[in-house]
Amino acid sequence: MEKPDELKKDIDLIPKKEDWMDPEVEFKKGRYCYGAPLKHQQYLELPNPREWQPSDIDWRLPENWKEIILNGMADLLKKNRSFRLFMDICVRCGACADKCHFFLGSGDPKNMPVLRAELLRSVYRRYFTLQGRLFGRLAGARELTIDVLKEWFYYFYQCTECRRCSVYCPYGIDTCEITMIGRELLNLVGCNIQWVVEPASNCFRTGNHLGVPPHAFKETFDFAIDEIKDLTGIKVEAPINRKGAEVLFVAPSADYFASPHWFTFLGYLMLFHEIGLDYTWSVYASEGGNFGLFHSMELAKRLNAKIYAEAKRLKVKWILGGECGHMWRTIHQYMDTFNGPADFLEVPVSPITGTRFDNAKSTKMVHITEFTADLIYNNMLNLDKTRNDKWRVTFHDSCNPARSIGLFEEPRFIIKNTCNHFFEMPENTIKEMTFCCGSGAGLGADENLEMRLRGGLPRANAVDYVRKRYGVNMLACMCAIDKAALPALLEYWVPGVEVCGVHELVGNALVMKGEKQRDTNLRGEPIMAEEKG
Amino acid sequence: MLKIIAGLVCFLIILFSPVGYNIITGRTYYVPMLKVPQGDCVESTVYMRKRHMEVLERWRNAYVRDGIKRYISINGIYRIGLTGTCLKCHSNKAEFCDRCHDYGGIKPKCWDCHHIPEVKAEK
Amino acid sequence: MKIILPFFAVSGIAAVIYIGVKVYNLQLVFGIILPYLCFILALVGFIARIIRWAASPVPFHIPTVCGQQRSLPWIRSSKIDSPVTGLGVLFRVLGEVLFFRSLFRNDRANLYGEQKRIIYSSDKLLWVGALLFHWFLLVIILRHLRLFLEPVPSWIISLQGLDGIFETTMPGVYISNVFISLSILYLLFRRFRSRIRYISLPADYFILFLLGGIILSGILMRHIYRIDILDAKAFIMGLIYLKPMVHEGLGAMFYVHLGLVSILTLYIPHSKLMHMAGVFLSPTRNLKNNSRMKRHINPWDYPVKVHTYEEWEDEFKDALKEAGIPLDR
Repeated sequence: MEKPDELKKDIDLIPKKEDWMDPEVEFKKGRYCYGAPLKHQQYLELPNPREWQPSDIDWRLPENWKEIILNGMADLLKKNRSFRLFMDICVRCGACADKCHFFLGSGDPKNMPVLRAELLRSVYRRYFTLQGRLFGRLAGARELTIDVLKEWFYYFYQCTECRRCSVYCPYGIDTCEITMIGRELLNLVGCNIQWVVEPASNCFRTGNHLGVPPHAFKETFDFAIDEIKDLTGIKVEAPINRKGAEVLFVAPSADYFASPHWFTFLGYLMLFHEIGLDYTWSVYASEGGNFGLFHSMELAKRLNAKIYAEAKRLKVKWILGGECGHMWRTIHQYMDTFNGPADFLEVPVSPITGTRFDNAKSTKMVHITEFTADLIYNNMLNLDKTRNDKWRVTFHDSCNPARSIGLFEEPRFIIKNTCNHFFEMPENTIKEMTFCCGSGAGLGADENLEMRLRGGLPRANAVDYVRKRYGVNMLACMCAIDKAALPALLEYWVPGVEVCGVHELVGNALVMKGEKQRDTNLRGEPIMAEEKG
Repeated sequence: MLKIIAGLVCFLIILFSPVGYNIITGRTYYVPMLKVPQGDCVESTVYMRKRHMEVLERWRNAYVRDGIKRYISINGIYRIGLTGTCLKCHSNKAEFCDRCHDYGGIKPKCWDCHHIPEVKAEK
Repeated sequence: MKIILPFFAVSGIAAVIYIGVKVYNLQLVFGIILPYLCFILALVGFIARIIRWAASPVPFHIPTVCGQQRSLPWIRSSKIDSPVTGLGVLFRVLGEVLFFRSLFRNDRANLYGEQKRIIYSSDKLLWVGALLFHWFLLVIILRHLRLFLEPVPSWIISLQGLDGIFETTMPGVYISNVFISLSILYLLFRRFRSRIRYISLPADYFILFLLGGIILSGILMRHIYRIDILDAKAFIMGLIYLKPMVHEGLGAMFYVHLGLVSILTLYIPHSKLMHMAGVFLSPTRNLKNNSRMKRHINPWDYPVKVHTYEEWEDEFKDALKEAGIPLDR
């Protein structure tokens, strides 16, 4: 990998060309994701299954691929007003241009949201509008060729569906919708990526994105329970697939296996033990994150179905969800539509505080930060903020909880009650204007590292600002992809800043009844910062 | 869907509201007719129709600012003055001035200073 | 090329009309047939476009939330940027339509120095330019109503008086004409700059030149090639009430103005100008942030193949037993 300064050197936000109409795309190493393996395409019964790579010259598309795509477009135009509308009304004012993290990090003009949409729009004009048929290129219309298709693939898998551009668009044009439609179309001819299809297939089969079988899954829980015992002297319970519990808890499955997600996982377990929550985990529905959403609406629905099915089987009253980004986009904006109505559940009521979560009265699923913020507000937790004194914390709003839910104050309230040192990043990089980690929407693959680092540059830039100004050394966030992507990203751009989940901070600060003197935090590091010099 | 149709209908109602407005006021085909006095004006009728406001402005500037009191045109020599010259022939403001000005939605500033001439009884 | 061509297209249309009227006396063609034709086609096209939009459902509930959600009672929620009531949505959409709220958020990212630090600066110029253009366009359209309404309502006369309050010349210069000219020049020149130039299509220049042509011919008609306003009104009233007549007091510039407006009207349903209607329909702006409170129905929802618990339990029976996880069967 190049040095940070070298990677940044060639970024130029001024396009060198006059025009974008001639398709050209080069699959440069480090900037694209690998194609999906045959096995997983077949398992999910996806169209045109085959072994393939985007860098192949021949993509082995079906003979009538053009017809398939155009019919698919006609179908999606009929099914989605957003698609039709967003194709018709863009005025190319350019307000979205420098709002995209991939554009800011790469300078590739086709990463301007308006251009990303134009890639699709130009084909729409050619085949679905009068002016496009009459005037062709003059009207901004392009033939659908194999190069155009390759360009679609390249740029629709260079969008993390973070929706930041949509905040600035005067008509609310949402590039996430465009990208979703684009990927849906590509999928019709079997063009999709490994880091979407494989986790989706694993989730579908086993319940978690790594394809870990139930007994190994259980082992990680035992391991976590032991770790907490060592740390606090308390043996917590972690019931799995227990029928008749009041609450089903669903987290992103990375929380059980990956680091630093793991410490958030410990935080959940400690919190639920401390408040005596009557709850259960599920192996069958152990993945809240939805890799299907990065692929097609159908696959998203297929994966998401497990959560309600499991809630029904286990006869719980309501569902609590862990820290995750796209998981919460799916739950907040899609789940009820996909697989509702959840009439077999009850409106969530916190058994500890009695608070009724009316904001989730139909979907019946509550975000863990809503739940915990309510606990703290009602003084149900004994928190020792000083245990987090080592950290000077800032908070990264994850794209989806921010721009699909508006979950801004709950996590901040928790952080301010568990930490003494909290600092906000600059205004236009947080809350609804938050920058993506650069690895969302299935792009978190290792082979895509350069593009991910570029995409994460604006976020890193803002972290760098608070690091220099306030000495920030910890970035809290609540998204599994963030936790996977940001440590590497920050190590590259802003060394010295670590990443944690909100509930890791809770776990650290939480004074449990009967616990022993804690010497280390959840990470096994001394609680106090080492004295300097 | 219903909301969109309702919105569209609203838009069409607004778009076509001028049509209805004039029907309600009953002046759909109304065109102001002027009683043009006998004899020549200071310039030709066609010229005066389009540019009388400019003539009047020039007159005002000439008289008030430069002290010029005569206006020479093809039709003759005239004393500059609204009340003294124009209104001698065009004596009925309501019937001569206002008709067209009202029709065109124009509000000239003449009467900010000048007296509105008394209307002589019709013969 | 993508700038010159639209320029010549608009100038060509204007020239054809001018010469047609001036030399060949084609007032009938450009003053009567063209406006009728364009208006009817535009009206049909406009309605058809909206019906086509409306015919596609909104299958998922996808507002772009720009403020704190309503959740716990002690957290102050954002009533407009994260609306849960119809009124909130109304204010949100009206904010977009009347004041371009989203555009107001605009900032500019610049890369500074060797380090290429991203520094954001406020960039409200586009917002100002767009707002001036659209508001003064409205003023101008309302002013023109004096040619469509008889008797002329007093509020139009007042508006006109206000617009023309600086009486420096005879006839007075309208404030709206000055500002719309400035804003259209700004909107045009910003498209010449590199990044916007890259994303601009010929159509983007065409509409600016067309609007520019309309504004220019209108101003010329008022200040240089004067027409008889009474004839103009009589002519327009004739058009509206289907008794079209060619009037003598209307110069070629009038027909150029009218012809370009007709072309603009015809162009609306086939172009990005449909944003005037689309902004009301944008699902990221006109939906409440209440998707966990109220179920949104997808009209084309269909059953999908899922991996049921029973299938799953069968597949992992041994592993589940080994781990001591309770089984159903």
